[in-house]
Amino acid sequence: MVAIKQISLFVENKPGRMARVAKTLSDAGVNIRALTVAEAGDFGVIRMVVDSPEKGYQVLRESGFTVSETDVLAVEMKDIPGGLYEIMDVLGGNEINVDYAYAFVTSKAERAMLIIRVDDLEKAKVVLSGAGMKLATKEEIQKI
Amino acid sequence: MFDYWNPHMERMPREDLRELQEERLRTMVRYVYDHSPFYRQRFNEAGVRPEDITDLSDLTKLPFTYKVDLRNTYPTGMFCLPENRVVRYHVSSGTTGKPTVVGYSKDDIEMWSDSLARALTSIGLGRGDVVQVCYGYGLFTGGLGLHYGAEKIGATVLPTGTGNTERQVMLMQDLGSTAIACTPSYFLHIAEVAEKMNVSIRDDTKLKVGVFGAEPWSDETRRRIEEATGLKAYDIFGTSEMCGPAVTECHYQNGIHIWADKFLVEVIDPDTGETLEDGERGELVITTLDKWVIPLIRYRIGDLTVMESEPCACGRTHPRLMRILGRTDDMIVVRGINVFPSQVESVLMKIPEVGDHYQIIVDRKGSLDTMAVMVEVTETGFSDKIGDLMTLGKNISKELKGVLNIVAQVELVEPGTIPRSEGKAVRVIDKRKV
Repeated sequence: MVAIKQISLFVENKPGRMARVAKTLSDAGVNIRALTVAEAGDFGVIRMVVDSPEKGYQVLRESGFTVSETDVLAVEMKDIPGGLYEIMDVLGGNEINVDYAYAFVTSKAERAMLIIRVDDLEKAKVVLSGAGMKLATKEEIQKI
Repeated sequence: MFDYWNPHMERMPREDLRELQEERLRTMVRYVYDHSPFYRQRFNEAGVRPEDITDLSDLTKLPFTYKVDLRNTYPTGMFCLPENRVVRYHVSSGTTGKPTVVGYSKDDIEMWSDSLARALTSIGLGRGDVVQVCYGYGLFTGGLGLHYGAEKIGATVLPTGTGNTERQVMLMQDLGSTAIACTPSYFLHIAEVAEKMNVSIRDDTKLKVGVFGAEPWSDETRRRIEEATGLKAYDIFGTSEMCGPAVTECHYQNGIHIWADKFLVEVIDPDTGETLEDGERGELVITTLDKWVIPLIRYRIGDLTVMESEPCACGRTHPRLMRILGRTDDMIVVRGINVFPSQVESVLMKIPEVGDHYQIIVDRKGSLDTMAVMVEVTETGFSDKIGDLMTLGKNISKELKGVLNIVAQVELVEPGTIPRSEGKAVRVIDKRKV
């Protein structure tokens, strides 16, 4: 299973909302690996990859947030010019659309990690692996 | 299991019912003329004397009575019996100006309880039922009214009153409540709290009937409540001037049976005062036929409704109020267009992505009125793609425009952020008045 679970949250665009999310995860001892916030006027969506997605999802849900789990891919990306192009070229060439993407650099700093949500997850897995790209597993994300 | 409390009265042929009403109307008109300086003066001003009223067609000769009359005669100026005959007071919250005081004689309380005994029996309640009354006890009529009605039919009353929602859920389970009476919005909150406590109303309680009122609510909310919790949700109606919550739908859920031997109802055009036909929407006017401390003569209740005189499938012959849209004072005027919160509610509750609670905020930017509708995004409605959420907002706005003919800005908010109420929900915040 190479797809990983991303946690997505609906939040109002108001002071203190992000803090509430962060505190909930902090109290539960859940560590955030990567995070992005997309805003659309009055509200926004927080997307994040954490070390323990089940626990993160559960504590946020219990705290009353509107939260969902989304299947995304974590693709290892060379931390050099052209790293992103290599991945996108494979997806684009195979008619796979990227809904959104964000990246982070691991502590080892040899490689970066690109998180993507695509319209055809299964096909993306096949074509990326076929092109020699490495997809991180849940366990690998946990260990970073 | 669906029985009659008073089969003779509830199924009385329409002709006999009419005769009974005429007889009681004559008595009542004579009574108020003799006992109330207020009514005597009103009748004199209108040039009408008690002997002019012989049958129902004379009703329109009588002048209307208004809420403001109760305020102007605060506290007891409209009482027709001396205060030592009053066994109870209720006082309505005065949102504007002075509150209104209503007094009850022993017979008035009996009339009220009898009205509710018929109503509660019509929805299948009786001995062996446990009725959890979570309306406010005290000056508000809801708590004590339901309490007396439920006791009269031999049910067990669990008088929890409002608030302390977790304890409400605990007692509901432990004492086996089979029916609950509260505002629909408070029940939705109770269900929400129960879920957080891992209690399923459907599976973990014996609740089968809800008696919901004290605020206007829509059929869509009824559907949501019934689907989410498995109970049958019935509408209850009644204002403190009538006595309090007094009449409900029967188990056919097809209009509120308003007991004709106690209340003579008319539906009128609120602007011209003209009497309307069955099926036409207008303002409810009530004349009480069996109430002695504060009898009402053609009292303008203020609720907009549609009346149906045809007997119901249940066999009851009394007229029905088919839809209560809300009070004329609940209506907001936005850019010259009349908007009832209940209309907004009926649109919202059809949309599964929208939560059970909502709030309407009316403001003014420059000379232009603005209306925003706040809705909570449910888990089923949540997509982590921004585009989907924007589309949801636009669709809600479009649906509202279709019904209200007004553009409302839709604000998606987090669940739990719209204030929950234990009594009447605050649906509208009108910042123009501040």
